[in-house]
Amino acid sequence: MTLTVLAVDDSRTMRDMIRLALVPNGFSVHVAEDGLDGLDVLSGLAPDVIITDINMPRMDGFGFIDAVRAQEDHRATPILVLTTESAADLKMRARNAGATGWIVKPFDPGKLVKALHMVTG
Amino acid sequence: MAEKTGSKDLELLTFKVADQEYSLDIMSVREIRGWTRTTPMPHAPAYMRGVINLRGTVLPVMDLARRLNLPSQDTNDRNVIIVVHLNGVMTGLLVDAVSDIVAMRRDDLKPPPEMTSDAQASVVRALTVIDDRMIRVLDLGAVVPARTDEIA
Amino acid sequence: MSDQNDPMADIRASFFVECEELLEALQDGLGSLDDGVGDSETINVVFRAVHSIKGGAGAFGLEHLVRFAHRYETVLDEVRSNGLTPDHENVKLFFRAADHLSDLVRASRDGLTVPQDAGDALLAELDAMLGTPAETDEASAQVEFTPLGIGIDLGDLDAPFDAGSAPSTRWSIRFQPRAELYETGNEPQILLRNLARLGTADVTCDVGALPLLLELSPETPHLAWTIALDADVSEAEIREVFEFVDGLCDLEVSLALYDDNTASTAERPPAADVNAPAGVTLPQPDTAPQDMPAPPPARRAAEPPARSVVRVDLERIERLVNLVGELVINQAMLAQSLVSAGLSPHSDAMNGLEEFQRLTRDIQDSVMMIRAQPVKSLFQRMSRIVREASAAVGKEVRLVTDGEATEVDKTVIERLADPLTHMIRNAVDHGLEPGADRVSAGKSAEGTVRLSAAHRSGRVIIELSDDGGGINRPRVLQIARTKGLIPPEASLSDTEIDNLLFLPGFSTAESVSNLSGRGVGMDVVRTAIQQLGGRISIQSESGQGTTFTISLPLTLAVLDGMVVDVAGETMVLPLNVVVETLSLGPDDVQMLRPGAELVRVRGGFVPLYDLGAMLGYRSRRTDYTGCIVLLISLDDGNRAALVIDGIEDQRQVVIKGLDDSFFRAPGIAAATILGDGQIALILDPADVIAGCLVPLPVDARLPDRSSKEERLEHG
Repeated sequence: MTLTVLAVDDSRTMRDMIRLALVPNGFSVHVAEDGLDGLDVLSGLAPDVIITDINMPRMDGFGFIDAVRAQEDHRATPILVLTTESAADLKMRARNAGATGWIVKPFDPGKLVKALHMVTG
Repeated sequence: MAEKTGSKDLELLTFKVADQEYSLDIMSVREIRGWTRTTPMPHAPAYMRGVINLRGTVLPVMDLARRLNLPSQDTNDRNVIIVVHLNGVMTGLLVDAVSDIVAMRRDDLKPPPEMTSDAQASVVRALTVIDDRMIRVLDLGAVVPARTDEIA
Repeated sequence: MSDQNDPMADIRASFFVECEELLEALQDGLGSLDDGVGDSETINVVFRAVHSIKGGAGAFGLEHLVRFAHRYETVLDEVRSNGLTPDHENVKLFFRAADHLSDLVRASRDGLTVPQDAGDALLAELDAMLGTPAETDEASAQVEFTPLGIGIDLGDLDAPFDAGSAPSTRWSIRFQPRAELYETGNEPQILLRNLARLGTADVTCDVGALPLLLELSPETPHLAWTIALDADVSEAEIREVFEFVDGLCDLEVSLALYDDNTASTAERPPAADVNAPAGVTLPQPDTAPQDMPAPPPARRAAEPPARSVVRVDLERIERLVNLVGELVINQAMLAQSLVSAGLSPHSDAMNGLEEFQRLTRDIQDSVMMIRAQPVKSLFQRMSRIVREASAAVGKEVRLVTDGEATEVDKTVIERLADPLTHMIRNAVDHGLEPGADRVSAGKSAEGTVRLSAAHRSGRVIIELSDDGGGINRPRVLQIARTKGLIPPEASLSDTEIDNLLFLPGFSTAESVSNLSGRGVGMDVVRTAIQQLGGRISIQSESGQGTTFTISLPLTLAVLDGMVVDVAGETMVLPLNVVVETLSLGPDDVQMLRPGAELVRVRGGFVPLYDLGAMLGYRSRRTDYTGCIVLLISLDDGNRAALVIDGIEDQRQVVIKGLDDSFFRAPGIAAATILGDGQIALILDPADVIAGCLVPLPVDARLPDRSSKEERLEHG
């Protein structure tokens, strides 16, 4: 089964790396550049899992997660927060916003795939 | 270094300038073109003949006779432009006629005698004798002046 | 993944391109902070730029970069989250840190090393700014990353569901989700499945707390699971499965005895199949949402949607530009042969040619747009030069930029960097007075250097000005006389004196170090500008400052030209400098003094220059009656009249550089290839005239090596 992933990150490098890590592992990867862009993409996509950065222009990760959870279609979609902040309060803030889990950057492909399987089974 | 081998490791293009015979290492020669009219550059030194169109790029052409302080003759259709390549830059050398390509050994080159008064001394790298004729081998780096106005 | 096409190498290259963009954003943000126009988002942008660089750098194992970025980011984050407003000194420090970060990025890119002292000193200053001791532990912890490998090891994901060998440990796990677990998109079923992958799981669903359907609140979970797991794993590995739901559920993990698991068998329902939907009425979080959060904010109108961008190898563009250049030449050749074939201007062929011409021009314009870039990146490099130069000489200098969005050919931008750097150093070092002198002259201690770019009549105008003391003209004149650059008795106008600075050999650093003007290598600067088909001029006012104006073609590739005949040679003048053409009558020319004539144009007088003679193609005319004159406008607003021998055509020509020639002629900007394959030189009229204003010593025109012989010939 091909899992569809939406990756939201303002860094082109990160988007490229996520793609590189996931596509060869059979994921179908869609990307967006920030929270607002992510919501745009989401309006025409039903991803199995969403990966999002926290620090982004226009709409940050917290705002994005809030907005995603507000949509009936995506209330149960797993959302992984991708961030260099490993600090506990950021994890808590992300979770309070509705994030399912987190991946601490820098990640390697194995870590990323593993985290995805942790929330998609 | 002193070991002499019989193999010929050098090819020279020989040509005539003001009835004198000169030569260049064939490795620095890119092509030989017939004479075409040059566009003169204002305020250029007399040896700067002008520029020509070499397949879409501008090629500066040097009047080799003038450069060597030899009497310059009128140019005509028999004149030839030798396109040479030095440090990534192409330059045309206007000569009277191309004579031959001669294979020889580097060992057969002789350093030129010290001739302080001769303006050619600095541009002639070596001398050699081919069929009893003395051929001067030009030092291309000395013939073509380096650009002096690069940003430091 | 094949070796020939390494995706990691591509991403790495792309990362460094992105870094440049982030560094630009960082500079911008710091500039706004410094100008006091930043808002709360500005510091976020600054923080994000550093943060993103750190993120990527970590992925590529660029330790130095990560370490510095992390500490820099920490300080920025403090400022950000505490709502501190950085003062001028803070921002200056941030700028220096940004410069260092940029050095580290480039060093990482090129595989070089950057001396660590500079970074350490900066870090100490950054730490001191917050009054916190230098942090080392966290920083070093942060750089313990796993560099991204291409090979992807899924090892522990593929752990067998049923380990073949008999597991030695039985774990007993009780797992009861809370409401928040569902709200965060977590799914007990998946957790259980992941748990089962560790070994052999016997899962029991505890429905004891399940209320009657009528009383069921969909938002409240009522289920719990008890799992007997036979797996040779540690407790930590089990808890890892529940990492994301830590705090969102009640989790008990304990070692169980093999014979202990029958104790409650009678009461418990049959084991649930973990691969089937779990439980009876598993609360689906997506049913009947009761208090729906506010809808997502609409996109603000002020924020344009991101434009889609394709990155193209510059070489491909160069190739396209060259091909279009060939197309233009070929089109000109075709036009020429159609005309010489005697075709009627109204024939189909000629009409078609006209259309061809128009299309060629459109293609050319579009291709040139591809290479156009805003000068912003160049200006940012210059702001760094200002910071470094002002720190080096101990002056307070503020750089004000304007017109950063002005687009110029990429090649022009690249080749402007060196001359501009030179000029900016001059402005800071020599143009601006020391602070104390400024104060006693009634100015602010902080000097201002202004750098602006604008499009003006088809050219790019770049201005660099300072509010320093202006050129010390008596001193310049004295130096020029001492050096024999001008005859001792020559009387020069202010403009002529200022232009002496551009003379080769005018000055060395020593001779002008006390001069409140400039001169260090300005001849070199002018040559570089001329090689770009540009011109540079100078305006200075004593006590007020000095302005250099650089006028450049928009592109290096094409020019709207007027094709003229000068003493039998075909030459091209940029059309945009030609104001009008005149035919001279017998009384139009007046002699000012021998060798200097004026032409009367509608009541005013304009200096007359005989182009053929100025270029050395023929001797001066004695009678100009009937001659054709081009009235041209110069950058300084003055006009000049150029005598030519005929106008041949007006058309677009492809510019061919003369860079590779061993000789550079004054007044000649470039060359082009005409329809007949001949080369025509492209004149820079202003430069021709400038060469005439200051009589060049003969030697200055000749390349070094040949000057001796040539003097003999000319003499």
